[in-house]
Amino acid sequence: MPQVTLSVNGKSHTVEVEGRTLLVELLREKLGLTGTHVGCDTSQCGACVVHVNGASVKSCTMLALQADGAQVTTIEGLAKPDGTLHPMQEMFREHHALQCGFCTPGMVMSAIDLVNAHPEGLTEEQIRHGLEGNLCRCTGYHNIVKAIAAAWPLMHGRQMAAE
Amino acid sequence: MNAPFEGIGASVRRKEDLRFISGHGHYVDDMNRPNQLYAYIRRSDRAHAELRGIDTAAAQAAPGVAAVYTAADLAGIGGLPCGWQIHNKDGSPMAEPAHPVLASGKVRHVGDPVAVVVAATKQQAKDAAELLVIDYADLPAVASVTDAIKPGAAQLHEAAAGNVCYDWEIGDKGAVDAAFARAAKTVSLDLTNNRLIPNAMEPRAAIGDYDPTTGDHTLYTTSQNPHVIRLLMGAFVLQIPEHKLRVVAPDVGGGFGSKIYHYAEEAIVTWVAARLGRPVKWAAERNESFMSDAHGRDHVSTAELALDAEGHFLALRVHTLCNMGAYLSTFGPAVPTYLYATLLAGVYKTPAIHAEVKAVFTNTVPVDAYRGAGRPEASFLLERLVDVAARDTGMDRVEIRRRNFIPKDAFPYQTPVALQYDSGDYVSTLEAAMKHADWAGFPARRAAAKAKGRLRGIGMSTYLEACGIAPSKVVGSLGARAGLYEVANIRVHPTGSVTVFTGTHSHGQGHETTFAQLVADQLGVPFSQVEVVHGDTGKIPFGMGTYGSRSLAVGGSAMVKAVDKIVAKGRKIAAHLLEAAVEDVEFKDGKFTVAGTDRSKTLGEIALTAYVPHNYPIEELEPGLDETAFYDPKNFTYPGGCHVCEVEIDPETGVVSVVNFTAVDDVGRVINPMIVEGQVQGGVAQGIGQALLENAVYDKDGQLLSGSFMDYTMPRADNLPNITVGTESTLCTHNPLGVKGCGEVGAIGSPPAVINAVVDALSEFGVRHLDMPASPQKIWSIIQGAPRMAAE
Repeated sequence: MPQVTLSVNGKSHTVEVEGRTLLVELLREKLGLTGTHVGCDTSQCGACVVHVNGASVKSCTMLALQADGAQVTTIEGLAKPDGTLHPMQEMFREHHALQCGFCTPGMVMSAIDLVNAHPEGLTEEQIRHGLEGNLCRCTGYHNIVKAIAAAWPLMHGRQMAAE
Repeated sequence: MNAPFEGIGASVRRKEDLRFISGHGHYVDDMNRPNQLYAYIRRSDRAHAELRGIDTAAAQAAPGVAAVYTAADLAGIGGLPCGWQIHNKDGSPMAEPAHPVLASGKVRHVGDPVAVVVAATKQQAKDAAELLVIDYADLPAVASVTDAIKPGAAQLHEAAAGNVCYDWEIGDKGAVDAAFARAAKTVSLDLTNNRLIPNAMEPRAAIGDYDPTTGDHTLYTTSQNPHVIRLLMGAFVLQIPEHKLRVVAPDVGGGFGSKIYHYAEEAIVTWVAARLGRPVKWAAERNESFMSDAHGRDHVSTAELALDAEGHFLALRVHTLCNMGAYLSTFGPAVPTYLYATLLAGVYKTPAIHAEVKAVFTNTVPVDAYRGAGRPEASFLLERLVDVAARDTGMDRVEIRRRNFIPKDAFPYQTPVALQYDSGDYVSTLEAAMKHADWAGFPARRAAAKAKGRLRGIGMSTYLEACGIAPSKVVGSLGARAGLYEVANIRVHPTGSVTVFTGTHSHGQGHETTFAQLVADQLGVPFSQVEVVHGDTGKIPFGMGTYGSRSLAVGGSAMVKAVDKIVAKGRKIAAHLLEAAVEDVEFKDGKFTVAGTDRSKTLGEIALTAYVPHNYPIEELEPGLDETAFYDPKNFTYPGGCHVCEVEIDPETGVVSVVNFTAVDDVGRVINPMIVEGQVQGGVAQGIGQALLENAVYDKDGQLLSGSFMDYTMPRADNLPNITVGTESTLCTHNPLGVKGCGEVGAIGSPPAVINAVVDALSEFGVRHLDMPASPQKIWSIIQGAPRMAAE
């Protein structure tokens, strides 16, 4: 079986996988990182979003072998070693942006990439558009949008410029 | 420093969130058992066919395969039971055809499980399942209720002549006919309630485990009610006694009704694990969710309203055809009867109502309760009919509602369709919603939209629903094969911390927080000292689970009863320690005090005494401080309210944008406002989804066309507005907390508000009604096809 070597949450792994093994299967089944979820198998729901080399990727849509040499961050790798949460995680909790929690890991990973990608600021409309790849059935997105807007200044260390 | 207030009424942040935001939730598919095998289920790709034979040889021989099973292997195993028996108009019981765990003799819907392959890995099981050779002989199929009742239609079950499950009625037909005969005006409306697919984000999953040395079976499953599954599967399907069957529903990723029911896969993994002596996991792929999770709604109705000359409602007549799907799901028959037709009075004092409901089998996935369950169908029918009545009689939409509201001094109010409402104030929720939504300012917003070439409309619904289905004796007389009480066990530990064991189940509702607030408040202990345990029949007493917005109204009431028992016992212990009479001991803020003195003992001191009973009235009192209470509700609760929706339509594309949505609901006493708002917002999102986007579509041959997220339009962030939520509460009069329930109000109140707004926006095209979903194509066609009625 082919081997893939990748870094996940700062730790290097070399794993044997089938050619058809998906990145999400490698994370969940080989590395036991079950925070990344599978909600649809057709790249529609975004529950499986992780960061590959800093960008959000649907890990059900990437072969494990394609991640050879990559730096992967999953939801488990966001908090600091002392347990301090990432500001996006904090804001999700503060703004009640999750209910059942199943979509949350993918939602948080997408949201972080969205905020990182917009140092100039984010309107509500941009946030809603930016979440198009993530489904949530519980919240109606209202509080997710609020949480992301609240995380922006914390992640960029400044207030958004007034429009 | 004062501790932050964390009792009843505080928006406390959720206890459960840390594990979810850090990726440490424990959903069923996150769990693995040592030596585990994987099951894959081969499902029918035919809507209706004879099963002539299944050749399993190639699959059996495939790499990694441990076993292949078909219906023939399951001989002796019971079918999936139905939990509610409806009776026909003539008193005879409904048709209740067998629902085998694996299809036997025939397949009856796309997705019907045909065979199970068990292998060392999921991929091996799936690969081997492809090698099964299934000999089908196709039969004609029916997918819609209107086709299924036609003469000569394909027949699903020998036990259901004409595909009819039941033909049921409620109300006084004579009184309704008489009222129509003398009415000044009658209004009629044909409408459908579109079929929906619940799509909780976590697909269903199950793991069976078996210990041959003890004979203990364990089932881990994505369920809203583990005790119900244990009872149904143990007693009716696999004949495993309760003490040898443990059902665990750990973190569950949303349910919305679809995870109430006992599904075939639960029985399959439990049975296979025992047969092979190894744990077996099954996890649905999303396409399996689409074709095997119980669907919702799917009604075709005619509604008629009789009015007097002043617009007072005299009578309501309703005929409904409802789709049961191919088999009866656990509570399917109850939904279009006792959760639908009994709600047809709504918030109105209509004196006479008669409803006929015919339930029909079709070659589709079984239909059962989905968020709201029957009440959204009732509110959509009624609130559309009221708007149409206003239009047809030239009355104002608000005025016709006000004129017919049950006044707030009329409670308790007996409706003509069995229910007795205990409390409500429909004017206050109406006025609050209109104020928040700036109803009065709408004409200016419409004019501004028009100047931009857009069509703007506003609509409302003044809805009512029933939660906390009860009492057990009454539901039993109506055909329920279960009690509908709830249980709470409150264990005060020796050092004064508290564990609450509840029979309800949290799959997004935040029970670990709300219930901890409730018990902390009642016992006067810190919120951080209360832990809530749910979801494991090995830990919790026999409770009925979570659905129908019952958890707080029924489960919370059981907690209050258990707290009362703790306090009563604590007073006796305190009286002994303080050398006072029991009746002189008061309990407040976590302290037992001799009235009029400063002599007191904390709950922690009392608990320690109870577990270390050295100085203790041991002759009269057992040691320990651990009480269980069962609560059987006296009545349903009746949340209601007013939802106002404002839409803009782009006439070029037919796309509807919801620009404002305001929900003002009466949910009774609120424990955690943050969680209530979240529940309402989520429910409204599902309601907007039903009204504008979602639709389960079968072709005439029974193929599910909307079988993936690419074909079934789930609401996404950019389809939805911010949702303004307010509460205007009257208290429930018959439960100790005055609570009513908030889980479903959003999904019940919102669809008619949305459609009323869309119809309003399209008024210049002469549109009187539009069925859901109000898709761009439908609206574009109307705009293109209709001559403009109003001149510019």
